[in-house]
Amino acid sequence: MSAFSLAVSRTSCGVSPKIIRSTCKLLSNDGHSATNVEKKFHRRSCCILNVRRLYSSQPHHPKVPQQPTWEAVPEDQLPPPAQIPADLVDKLERLALVDFRTKQGLECLEKAIRFADQLHVVDTTGVEPMDSVLEDRALYLRGDTVKEGDCAEELLQLSKKTVEEYFVAPPGNIPLPRREERAAMLKHSEL
Amino acid sequence: MAASCVAASELLQNMKLISGFYPKASCVIRRISTTNARCDGQAQPRAKSAPQQLVGVVGLEIHAQINSSTKLFSGSSVRFSAPPNSLVSLFDASLPGTLPVLNKRCVEAAVMTGLALNCTINRKSLFDRKHYFYADLPAGYQITQQRQPIAVDGMLTYSLLGGKKRSQVIRKNVQIKQIQLEQDSGKSLHDDVRSQTLIDLNRAGVGLMELVMEPDMSCGEEAAAAVRELQLILQALGTCQGNMSEGQLRVDANVSVHRPGEPLGVRTEVKNINSARYLARAIDYEIQRQIDVLQRGGTVQNETRAYDSKSGETIPMRDKEGLQDYRFMPEPNLPPLIVYEDNASLPTGIDACQAVVVQKIKEGLPELPSVKRDRLVQTYGILPEHSFTLVNEDGLVEYFEEALKATKKEPRKVIGWVTNELLGHLKQQDLSVSQSPISPSALAELLELQETGHISSSVAKQVFQEMWRSSGKTAQQIIQEHDLGLVSDTTQLHSICQKVVESHPDEVHAIRNGNKKVLNKLMGLVQKETKGRADPVLVRAILQEKTS
Repeated sequence: MSAFSLAVSRTSCGVSPKIIRSTCKLLSNDGHSATNVEKKFHRRSCCILNVRRLYSSQPHHPKVPQQPTWEAVPEDQLPPPAQIPADLVDKLERLALVDFRTKQGLECLEKAIRFADQLHVVDTTGVEPMDSVLEDRALYLRGDTVKEGDCAEELLQLSKKTVEEYFVAPPGNIPLPRREERAAMLKHSEL
Repeated sequence: MAASCVAASELLQNMKLISGFYPKASCVIRRISTTNARCDGQAQPRAKSAPQQLVGVVGLEIHAQINSSTKLFSGSSVRFSAPPNSLVSLFDASLPGTLPVLNKRCVEAAVMTGLALNCTINRKSLFDRKHYFYADLPAGYQITQQRQPIAVDGMLTYSLLGGKKRSQVIRKNVQIKQIQLEQDSGKSLHDDVRSQTLIDLNRAGVGLMELVMEPDMSCGEEAAAAVRELQLILQALGTCQGNMSEGQLRVDANVSVHRPGEPLGVRTEVKNINSARYLARAIDYEIQRQIDVLQRGGTVQNETRAYDSKSGETIPMRDKEGLQDYRFMPEPNLPPLIVYEDNASLPTGIDACQAVVVQKIKEGLPELPSVKRDRLVQTYGILPEHSFTLVNEDGLVEYFEEALKATKKEPRKVIGWVTNELLGHLKQQDLSVSQSPISPSALAELLELQETGHISSSVAKQVFQEMWRSSGKTAQQIIQEHDLGLVSDTTQLHSICQKVVESHPDEVHAIRNGNKKVLNKLMGLVQKETKGRADPVLVRAILQEKTS
């Protein structure tokens, strides 16, 4: 789980706790223990879920099961498990700006891929792929009148470092260190 | 020691190579650079045995900022040089939970631009996320249209002035591959001293039209002419203000060289071209650089280069390490964008203010620059190059037509006053046409006085100067104040002519011997005497009489 714990701690402000929780839960479904992260978010996410319930017009949709149902796909129906070469780990780390090259991290990633492998079993012949569940909705178009902005003070308060009315960021893009350099930097690297 | 040895031997070898190739190479380069400078588009006659020359191939990617009050996906305002971060909404700052809401004006602007460039408007277009990490892109991705843009397969027709006197209009086409709607990024200010970057998100989320042009151009001049024409079209449409210095129009050029008929060479991308003047120079420099590299036996690297306007060179930009993976994915928060062909194709129940109707936009298209130029040439009988000058200057066509209404002077004569006197004075003081101290009707009055024989053409120019200086005074007032009216008093002219004839016996002798051209010299002397105010027709008649 460490990959995801890292991802969570780095991007927690941008990801809804609900999503994190469900991801973790799915991954831990086969007995993988829940992590601190999940526990940490558990109370808050419950709150959010409760609030949603409160405001939703119908307390419960009859077509949505009360409890998640689960049916494991037998291993022999799945394609062979994906191997994750070191190069791919390196690329993923660069793209996601996270380090997860521990044994635990890799295991978690492999489990996530294995979980997604179940999708291969679904027969999609003749089904047009969708981009979004909103596809059949008309895209709402807004009139060109100013209604927002002028809130620099509020926005700048959210930033750790500001100068005058600017946000402050490190110079340029700091590229991630190369794999070899990183391996030396990370104490627990096992690759 | 070893290193320097290697370097020295390499240098030696290079020198050999250069000297070996030099006679041929220099001649080829010279011929190519003259073609580049002219861009005649006419096949150069060449000997059958000679190897074909390397020629430049140029494609452009142009980002045009949409002229709208608010951003592409948020209701915060679009303005240049506002206090930092004052035009930022929660969505523009990518706060969690905010969603994009598309600006109808931006869609209409893109459709209008697509129509003006003869594009096919896609009835359905899609939005995608393009990911990259940079501090002025707070979401970590840009919403763009990668798979299915709003407009495709267009054509831009532009013209170059060519030929010996550069008075021949050469029409050229460049294909428009696509026009896509996308978000602009914020701005980064790099503070090297304190080693930090200051971020201003005022520009983040402003609507852009990215226009992708096929590599149909061959030199800087063609590219600059195409961009200029595009700029005029966008300004005529009002879909983009087109001011390059404010970054409303940003051009990246893809440049390569090859021998005609052979596959395209490895291309470089030249960025940072922020003025029309530098565009042609940057491209021509890059073409020549690549030709030089190839002729030295080297290979062109696929890289991004920046144009340094101070040195006039392009220099490699160290940005991406290898190929970037933008991880394009469909934008999940925006359903497909649908535009409708005409009112009949509107589905029932749709709110009219929600629909973008192509036919309606087509009907509202203004007169495009090329049509305007043709009309000017046909209606007024002016030269094509004058039509270019008129259309190139904002408001000058209107000025010209306004002035024509108030004078009986021929348009072909008025055009000279507008493109030389007026434009010259405006340029000198860096004024726009609307700032001219002489109104079209005031100019017309002056021209009318000249046309009816009240003042000579040289005096008219004097009066023009005076009108420019003392704005508000009419030509009539100035002529009276400075006593500049044409002298057509026959007795007075007779006596002046007599004086001139008497004091120049040699010239008179020459005229009597048949050298009629000398009469012009005497006429000049009379005009000098009268400060250019003598009626030239009268003076000529009197002088002819006196020298016969």
